[in-house]
Amino acid sequence: MNLLAADPLYAKGIDLTVVLILIGKTLAVFAIVLLSVLFYIWFMRKVIADMQNRIGPQRAGPFGILQTLADGIKAFFKESSRPSAADKRVYMLAPYLALIPAVMAFAIVPIGGEVSIAGHRTYLQLADPDIGILWLLMMSGIGLYGVMLAGWSSGSKYPLLGSVRASAQLLSYEAALGLAVVGVLVHAGTLSTRGIVDGQSWTSWHSFVSNWFWLPAIGAFVIFLIAALAETNHPPFDLVEAEQELVGGFHTEYSGIRFAIFFLAEFMNLVTMSAIAVTLFLGGPSGPALGFVAADSWINVWVMPVFWFTFKLLVLLYATVWVRATLPRLRYDQLMSFGWKYLIELAFVWAMITGVVVVGADQGWNRWVTVPAAIVGGAMILGVLWLCIPRRGETVEEFR
Amino acid sequence: MSTSTHDHDASTTETDRLLRQTSEGAQVLRRDTPAQPGAREIVLTGDSWPDDDETMIINMGPAHPSTHGVLRVMMELDGETVLRAKPVIGYLHTGMEKQAEQLTYVQGGTNVTRMDYLSPMSNELVFSLAVEQLLGIEVPERAVWARMYLVELQRMASHLLFQATNGMDIGALSMMIYGWREREEVLRLVESITGLRMNNNFIRVGGIAADLPDGWQQHTLDVLELVEHGVSQYETLLVENPIWQERTVGVGTITTDEALALGATGPILRSTGFPWDLRKAQPYLAYDDVEFDVCYGSNGDCYDRFLIRLYEILESVKIIRQCIERMPGGDYRVQDRKVTPPPRARIDESMEALIHHFKLFTEGFKVPVGETYSVVESPRGEIGCYIVSDGTPKPVRMHIRGPSFYNLQSMAAMVPGSFVADAVAIISSIDPILGEVDR
Repeated sequence: MNLLAADPLYAKGIDLTVVLILIGKTLAVFAIVLLSVLFYIWFMRKVIADMQNRIGPQRAGPFGILQTLADGIKAFFKESSRPSAADKRVYMLAPYLALIPAVMAFAIVPIGGEVSIAGHRTYLQLADPDIGILWLLMMSGIGLYGVMLAGWSSGSKYPLLGSVRASAQLLSYEAALGLAVVGVLVHAGTLSTRGIVDGQSWTSWHSFVSNWFWLPAIGAFVIFLIAALAETNHPPFDLVEAEQELVGGFHTEYSGIRFAIFFLAEFMNLVTMSAIAVTLFLGGPSGPALGFVAADSWINVWVMPVFWFTFKLLVLLYATVWVRATLPRLRYDQLMSFGWKYLIELAFVWAMITGVVVVGADQGWNRWVTVPAAIVGGAMILGVLWLCIPRRGETVEEFR
Repeated sequence: MSTSTHDHDASTTETDRLLRQTSEGAQVLRRDTPAQPGAREIVLTGDSWPDDDETMIINMGPAHPSTHGVLRVMMELDGETVLRAKPVIGYLHTGMEKQAEQLTYVQGGTNVTRMDYLSPMSNELVFSLAVEQLLGIEVPERAVWARMYLVELQRMASHLLFQATNGMDIGALSMMIYGWREREEVLRLVESITGLRMNNNFIRVGGIAADLPDGWQQHTLDVLELVEHGVSQYETLLVENPIWQERTVGVGTITTDEALALGATGPILRSTGFPWDLRKAQPYLAYDDVEFDVCYGSNGDCYDRFLIRLYEILESVKIIRQCIERMPGGDYRVQDRKVTPPPRARIDESMEALIHHFKLFTEGFKVPVGETYSVVESPRGEIGCYIVSDGTPKPVRMHIRGPSFYNLQSMAAMVPGSFVADAVAIISSIDPILGEVDR
């Protein structure tokens, strides 16, 4: 497994410039993640405030844009208390276990196109490992430990309930998330995020439907968005920290900066998941270049891809805020049954349909036969599966 | 969800039927009656629960985001399933009933208004009705209609707040703000009439404290329009929302018999399909002169209670519109100077007025020996006031039948077997006001 080698940066061997560029890129990605969270929280609060006939933050900085920074500074200077029943080491470690994978997951996101820095060609992304998208699944799997251990080690009952919910929820939706990603990987034929983005390059306005994967993988796209919300504990799936039920869920006993770190990690995960959705389904940085400037000018090489990436990211992030402001929260058993009885089946069948369609295209079969045949076959499998699943009424009757 | 339409002429027979139904229900549930087959056994109290390593006892409250004040609920959990739940009350006990024995009947309104602080004027109304029964006075028509108008405004405000908190407890955070938004407009109207947003002490023995201000009709119509618009928004947001239905339909079910046995009234009793509303069943004020429907459900679950409260807002709007149209003129309080104070201007002119004023606010008025019980329909159910008088200006005993107290009992019947999240939804759908529970 070679984590970095796909980048043309290493083609001419590694010297001091390459190392410096790499350090620069690392710092830049770290800064981007932190800043995006800073602004996402402000953005979310402003948009929700607008949806709820409120004003939202407005005191710190212009339009209250520094509110998150002020909150962060405040959290730093607050006392961090620890319950005496807590398992000290795990309790201290848990926030960082949540934070570090959240930062690292962003490393594989292609932010822009291929640029040239100090004579070296390189991608505007920190790493382009062969394992690509699996890196995301790894990191979100590890991030689960932070949430789970935080609740478990607090020595308190509400966090314990929260962490039990967290482990069940994140594990089950990881499955749906992984299967949804398969729908794209089969089309792209690679795990590498750069490879996926290159497969969705922009040639004309037609590319929006013909090249980007959101249309051929529309089922996977929807499943991915739902599973990603559940994976990041975003409403309506925020049972892990359901304030009205579990006070604060897994972070009830945390205070000061450790509490803030959980939130930082959570919003980082949300930004990363949205960025991955952009990469997988919406072409990442690809988009129309400016026609009136030269194709190789810095505007079209540096600015435009980053602009398109940011624009698509903002659209998805706005959608998350909208969902947050609108939907009531699901219940624990409803969440689990939705995940296991519907989402995973759908994702599985969609992956199979995709497989048939892509193999059919490779073999040169008639598309007008393979696509309907695959869909009918998938629907039949789903029908059989749903006949086997006990209905909600039956289980509730037994339960009562 | 359906509404029963009572037209004016049929209301007496309808009332008789309802009364008969209630007494039959009560008979079935008498202590010597053997338990019905298949009836749930509900343990409401009990000092200690057996210690079991497989289950976890969790204390929800008295400081918990969704226990509506300072309710404490002891729950025995098996995983996320609640096996038993026991409401523990008393954290807001202020001794208001005992306090009433130290206060004159003039001061009593200030005391009772603080019990159910979301519909203070219902408390004032039931207290005033009880004292007026003892005094044997008849309040003027305008006071009757103004009281009805004010109490319905308050019912609207209270149900709007319920929409807000219920939405919040089930995770629909925007709903919280929307509910508060409309309630704020209603409270602004109430403030412009009574001078206060809550704890108004506006409905007093003998009438109301002051006449309705100029332009109250137009202001009210404006607010009603806002409220109707708000209710249509809540309908769009929640009524058909699949997640909302998943969370509330079939959750916290209770049967009519159980609700009657536990003394639950108001939306909880009505949600079971028993259209018991004192405004129809035992009309007081001028409720038999106005057209409105009683909202009742059929499943006795959280969703029905949510819908009942939602549509009762619209019924209140109907009543208020009729109040605006048909508000009679005349006095807004009885002109018996032993009970109500003289106008301010008269005090400067008349020695007698000055003496009346002085006596009323120092000693109060004497109430004939006797005891009485009056009952009205508050937003939460039947609120009753029992007063024993020994002929002095202070009651010997005053007791309030707080609907929240009885409704809260039904929680122990609704919660077992559901999830922690359901317990929150159930507490929310009972809509208890702890100030009234503990008094």
